Amino acid sequence: MKLIKLYHQFNYKSRLASSCRFSTVSNKKWQSVVGLEVHAQLNTETKLFSGAQNVFGGVVNNCVSLFDAAIPGTLPVLNRKCVELGIMTALALSCKVNEVSTFDRKHYFYADLPAGYQITQQKAPLASDGSIDFQVFTPGVHKKPYRKRSKIKQIQLEQDSGKSLHDAELKRSLVDLNRAGAPLMELVFEPDLEDGEEAAALVKELVLIVQRLGACTGRMEEGALRVDANVSLRRPGDPLSTRTEIKNIGSVRGVAGAIRHEIERQRAILNNGGRIINETRAWDAIARVTIPMRDKEVVQDYRYMPEPNLPPLRVNLTTKDDHNDILSVLLIQDKLPVLPEESRKQLIQEFQLRPETAIQLVNEPVLLEYFQKLTTDNKRSSNKVANLLINDLLTVLNKRKLDVDDCPITVKQLKELTDMHLSKDITLDVCRKVLDELIALSDSDISPLKVVHEKGWILTSNEDDIKKLCVEVLENNPKLVKQYKEGKIKVFKALMGILFKNSQNKVDMAVASRIMEGLLKNDK
Amino acid sequence: MDKLVSYTIKTVHKAYREKMLTPTSFIDLSLQKAKQTNELNAFVTLTEDEAENHAIESEKRFYIDKNTKSLDGISIGIKDNFCTSSIVTTCASDMLKNFVPTYDATVYSRLRNAGACLIGKCNLDEFAMGSGTVDSLFGPTRNPWGYTKDRWRITGGSSGGSAVAVTSGACVAAIGSDTGGSTRNPAALCGVVGLKPTYGLVSRYGLIPLVNSMDVPGILARTVEDAITILNTIAGPDVLDSTTFKEPFNPIELGDIDLGRVRIGIPKEYHCQGMSKEIIETWSYVIDLLEKEKVKMKSVSLPNTSVSIAVYSILNQCEVASNMARYDGVEFGLRTKEDSSTEELYASTRLKGFNNVVRSRILAGNYFLLTKNYQNYYIKALQLRRLIHDDFKNVFNGENAVDLLLTPTTLSDAPLFEEFTSKNNRDQCAYQDYCTQPANMAGIPAVSIPICLSKNNLPLSLQLMGPRLSEALMMNVAKHIESIVKFPALNYP
Repeated sequence: MKLIKLYHQFNYKSRLASSCRFSTVSNKKWQSVVGLEVHAQLNTETKLFSGAQNVFGGVVNNCVSLFDAAIPGTLPVLNRKCVELGIMTALALSCKVNEVSTFDRKHYFYADLPAGYQITQQKAPLASDGSIDFQVFTPGVHKKPYRKRSKIKQIQLEQDSGKSLHDAELKRSLVDLNRAGAPLMELVFEPDLEDGEEAAALVKELVLIVQRLGACTGRMEEGALRVDANVSLRRPGDPLSTRTEIKNIGSVRGVAGAIRHEIERQRAILNNGGRIINETRAWDAIARVTIPMRDKEVVQDYRYMPEPNLPPLRVNLTTKDDHNDILSVLLIQDKLPVLPEESRKQLIQEFQLRPETAIQLVNEPVLLEYFQKLTTDNKRSSNKVANLLINDLLTVLNKRKLDVDDCPITVKQLKELTDMHLSKDITLDVCRKVLDELIALSDSDISPLKVVHEKGWILTSNEDDIKKLCVEVLENNPKLVKQYKEGKIKVFKALMGILFKNSQNKVDMAVASRIMEGLLKNDK
Repeated sequence: MDKLVSYTIKTVHKAYREKMLTPTSFIDLSLQKAKQTNELNAFVTLTEDEAENHAIESEKRFYIDKNTKSLDGISIGIKDNFCTSSIVTTCASDMLKNFVPTYDATVYSRLRNAGACLIGKCNLDEFAMGSGTVDSLFGPTRNPWGYTKDRWRITGGSSGGSAVAVTSGACVAAIGSDTGGSTRNPAALCGVVGLKPTYGLVSRYGLIPLVNSMDVPGILARTVEDAITILNTIAGPDVLDSTTFKEPFNPIELGDIDLGRVRIGIPKEYHCQGMSKEIIETWSYVIDLLEKEKVKMKSVSLPNTSVSIAVYSILNQCEVASNMARYDGVEFGLRTKEDSSTEELYASTRLKGFNNVVRSRILAGNYFLLTKNYQNYYIKALQLRRLIHDDFKNVFNGENAVDLLLTPTTLSDAPLFEEFTSKNNRDQCAYQDYCTQPANMAGIPAVSIPICLSKNNLPLSLQLMGPRLSEALMMNVAKHIESIVKFPALNYP
């Protein structure tokens, strides 16, 4: 792995010398330091401290309990499921789960924070001291994947706020409390990343992990996982300098873009002899710039105080005794699923996939599931299946601007289609067309074979038929045949091209190539 | 003599069985009494319709279903900081003047399930911040003992309305809340029993908080036995309050106990400056009395008592600052018409909605919680609270342990309104809560029992305290004292 990394860095530097796209080393004077804070909404039926439904996109102010609206006299009751999911995530990230953790109140006035404080775990968090290992690999940016590790300072449970909507025209604000009190887990990472691509890779890996665990939907577009990035620049060897915080970045590519822009911005200021001010900024995904958020002019003092209505949260670290008040961490450990990194290793070792292929498959849980189903019951070539999924299915989906999660093709359809392709009944090109057709039809009952037949896309491998077509091509192109015979072997390609066109892609080109060559040679 | 002022749960139920009274007739009398004593200002809201409906239900159970519940036809009052569904719950504050909860506090729903009939919501100091029931949006509650229109005494507080509801005969029992003595203090000055149970024994769900870590629903009743009947109804685990004990609650029984095996400590630090001669005499009187009953009496020390009131004050203000943050005019309660900005809306709402006492506590609390002050005030106060807690632990454990402590409840009999209001709220609390707030700091049970009348014909009371969950022993001893001293019922014109 070290070798790969060295190679990567070398590669990185040489490329950066020509373009100025990346900031880490393009100007040797400054080293960029990036640390993340991630808020992940826990995927539970009900909220962190109330019985209200925890759903995205509910009717406005319809999932609000008395407690969520801070009605006087109501009290928080900790949702056991949230603790379980928090611990599960902590274990998946090699954190130390704390035997006793406590809740604190963080005070600030905001219209979508009904109680005037957020219940969080500032002093004694649920878990601490973990790490996340991930592969940094963005096709088109990195040639080879490299490994990176980021340390986790702590994981804490806390409440989400509601949402405010400001109507500037009517001069009023509207508040939706559906999200108020929804369970969040905040993961605080150490500032040990170097650039936006590393941060994006970390976030992508984290999304995969929490999805595997079922702890969070990972749907960044719904705000289920939100990223804050702390960015600063320093001279190599110097202590950390003033940082800015980019709040609420809502997509993996946004993380990469926002951090890249922020590093550029800071470097430009520093190079001009300016000074970085500690401020909160927002990522404008459309203009692709970070902009200062104006409401942070005054330094907030959150006046933290222990939450008096919740007793300390205790967990059992030593035995598998589980009861209502005290969860057994060992029991949760037993329930941990296979994690993405393990999946990648399996793919590389058991299926001899290339690391890049393994990364791409694991990055798309839907594709991975197809892959697993397509390779378990049959001796289909694992590499070919993987390529078909990554290169062809993904391309078709991208063209249609469809999310992989919404792919309507059934495993049965995919199996049938793959088999047709692998037994050379159809060309790769036809295969893509069928995929496109299946997506267009969105009908799980339709057989790919039927599509191929109806469209007349079946591949001809009947030697007599192919021979007839070849003869036809040779007869109609005497000039090319003559050139070939004079030793210009290159024109063979041209002849095959004509055949390909005439046959509308429906001949097995390997067979055709053999026959064509035979005909030309015999003709000598 | 007016029977309403001396009825107990038992005597009312006996009257029902003998058909001397029926639930509807008795509740009617109770409502009439509440109206007749209107000038005392015990109630913020009289709940006539509810009371009548509750009485009809009780009457049906009593005579038709023959399936009587433990509190059927018993008139109760609830301090107006407990949420009651569809009944305005004001905390005696402009902020919640029109606040109508959609849910019942656990205490109230348990009382209702036992058949109790709600006469009304009782007056208090705004958000229970006070020890006189003089700082209420609805004006002060007046003590019926020695009452004349021009010269009257305060009730103590902050549950003064609840105490007066019981003393005056409008309710057989009432619910108060006790954060630093708010149940025991008015009980003492109004001559009724005031019980503050162990923290965590009774659910706080629906009690609009003052200091979450010290608040306990309190019970005001005419007799120790009635206080226990109410406690047995409302105590026990509640999934809606995570700070309640998880273990099931075993109802407490009062019976004969061997007083010869009871050891009672007299903490010397409670003999404090400013304590009236009459109170000290009353204290000695009961010490002698118990010694005659073969109780082992001994002097003990709770060395950190003198700092308790200052520590209490800091912790109180910090939690107040936090708990009051929700009153911003957005979701419920008062909202001013200020619309220039959200911040202005908050500021003007909170300025109009809270009285000076509440606002000054919020200000002080926020000051103590600032990052730069947190360690020096809040953390220090918590450390001292631990020492005060340990003082109690030490006297209740070990070789020289005592089972209970006997102290005065208040430093004097009820002061005149003019006397009381000549000092500010903060000084009054520091003075009035001296003997009561340490029990809240430690979370232990305490009960105030009326002993005798002062020269002014005003109640003088003493307090028993015990270790956590020692209500059974404490109330048995209290009952014994009660039976010897025979404190008289109020004779109110």
